[in-house]
Amino acid sequence: MSTYIETEPSFVPVQTRSERPTSYDPADFDAPTGREVDWKFSDVARLSPLFEDADGDPQAIDYEIEPEAFVQAPLAPGQAPRGEAFHPEDLPSAIAWKRTAEALHLVIPAGLETQEPVRVSIRGLGAQLRGHAHLVIEAQERSRAIVVLEHTGSARFAENVEVLVRDHAALTLITVQEWEDDAIHASAHQAVIGTGASLKHVVVSLGGAVVRVNPSVRLAGEHSEAQLLGAYFADAGQHLESQVYVYHEGRNTKGRVLYKGALQGASAHTVWIGDVLIGRDAVGTDSYEQNRNLVLTDGARADSVPNLEIETGDIEGAGHASATGRFDDEQLFYLQSRGITEEEARRLVVRGFLLEIVQQIGVESLAERLAQAIEAELSGGAS
Amino acid sequence: MSVLEIRDLQTTVETEQGTKQILRGVDLTVKTGEIHAIMGPNGSGKSTLAYTIAGHPKYTVTGGTITLDGEDVLAMTVDERARAGLFLAMQYPVEIPGVTNTNFLRTAKTAIDGEAPSIRTWSKDVKEAMTRLRMDSSFAARNVNEGFSGGEKKRNEILQLELLKPRFAVLDETDSGLDVDALKIVSEGVNRAHEATDLGILLITHYTRILRYIKPDFVHVFVAGKVAEEGGPDLAERLEEEGYDRYQVAESAADGADALNVG
Repeated sequence: MSTYIETEPSFVPVQTRSERPTSYDPADFDAPTGREVDWKFSDVARLSPLFEDADGDPQAIDYEIEPEAFVQAPLAPGQAPRGEAFHPEDLPSAIAWKRTAEALHLVIPAGLETQEPVRVSIRGLGAQLRGHAHLVIEAQERSRAIVVLEHTGSARFAENVEVLVRDHAALTLITVQEWEDDAIHASAHQAVIGTGASLKHVVVSLGGAVVRVNPSVRLAGEHSEAQLLGAYFADAGQHLESQVYVYHEGRNTKGRVLYKGALQGASAHTVWIGDVLIGRDAVGTDSYEQNRNLVLTDGARADSVPNLEIETGDIEGAGHASATGRFDDEQLFYLQSRGITEEEARRLVVRGFLLEIVQQIGVESLAERLAQAIEAELSGGAS
Repeated sequence: MSVLEIRDLQTTVETEQGTKQILRGVDLTVKTGEIHAIMGPNGSGKSTLAYTIAGHPKYTVTGGTITLDGEDVLAMTVDERARAGLFLAMQYPVEIPGVTNTNFLRTAKTAIDGEAPSIRTWSKDVKEAMTRLRMDSSFAARNVNEGFSGGEKKRNEILQLELLKPRFAVLDETDSGLDVDALKIVSEGVNRAHEATDLGILLITHYTRILRYIKPDFVHVFVAGKVAEEGGPDLAERLEEEGYDRYQVAESAADGADALNVG
């Protein structure tokens, strides 16, 4: 027996997801007002510094990449493969595209399999500083690697992450947001997945004032797969958002989306919008998306909107689920019946709820560190 | 010597049709080392008794008492009851995503004992108990009950029983859904706990099958929310032959109680 409330999708998009306009020129986008479909639940007021089409501060962000062996010469706008998979869909993304003269280009060479994660540390050097980035991560054919983006410090940061997973490659991309309390971060990830290739994409958002990470995956190649996972913990005053888009374009592709969030404290706000499009030619598609939120205190708000568009009937399966609720009383009873106090039982349940995602990261040291960070969130510590 | 004493216990539950009375004056006394079988037809309130003893918030006690060595159990929270020495092996153990069995067992043991178990002997104890219950060692790292089969969940309950060492255990239809092999393994675990710590047991079951492996000292027939008949092991044998038919009149009086067991 669970106390979850199953929710129905609460609005109908004004256009199909694939027809959303894109442009590399910020002038083509109006400043968001909060009425647009992709800004409807967003904290437009606090994100507004990212709507200004101006150069970034030169010392806004400190980058560290380890190991450096995978870093190639930077890419100018229009210099291939930059732009192969990435088409800005909103104003901050178009600004980040235009204002990033030199995009970081990471290449996992063809056939290379590496266990050791490639770490990209992105540290903001001041809450008033403006930073832009465009990253191109290319996993060449039959390569296998893990890339971790770690965001710390503070900044006003508009970031694009372009992901190219070539045929038969397997890439895990993890982005962790452990910003200071006053950071503002809008990030657009766009990935294209080749034949027989797979992407595991993980978003963990714990810190920051407003964090919007929108991953978009195009399953272009036959038998391509994507697993998109997310875990977020919003404290009082925090706004954490993810708009997830999976486009099944090729035949026999598989998509799995699971985002889980916990909310604690007055005006803690999370937003999850999950769009899945099963294209005309995507026969044999197997797709499922799910969002679950655990609301721990009064005054917190979780918006959760799954959308599914199907343009072919010849598929394996497609479904979605969304549930936002309080604690599961049966879980608490079970733990308490073993002597565990109510307070500790609650902590175990929330921790476990989010660890279900963290356990799937596949990088043990990172999973352990994130488990501790979640523990700290729970005891009301650092956010 | 400890005594778990239940006197004139009355319990209600809220349903869409309003408040329903389930327990209608239960009297039971279980002493250290005794095994009591509670048998009865579906809907007689057996599971309600189990959950009321454990303190499930769904049930409201409207009359009577439960005491453990004179201490008022009904005044205790769920976790206080467990720390006082009561244990409920559930019919439908709950899945806890993201919490590993290892972490759960250690947390529970620490809560019950008031101090963390010694790391070296504890992991050895857990390992040995799992081996005896023929549980694969991979169960330690798996999340509590998640993806466990029905039989695996029951073994996991008995694993906790053996490790947490309560004074009294209520086993709520532990035999349901078990094949013969699993039933034997689970019964052996219960008997081990009984011998090791002189555990007092309240064994709730619909069928006499489990009584071939766990020998009760007393048998109570539960009908319409109270004890209708009491006796020794021979009463179970009689039920085996005759079923609950001769209590049928009383059973229909408990109409509607069937759907109210926690499931």
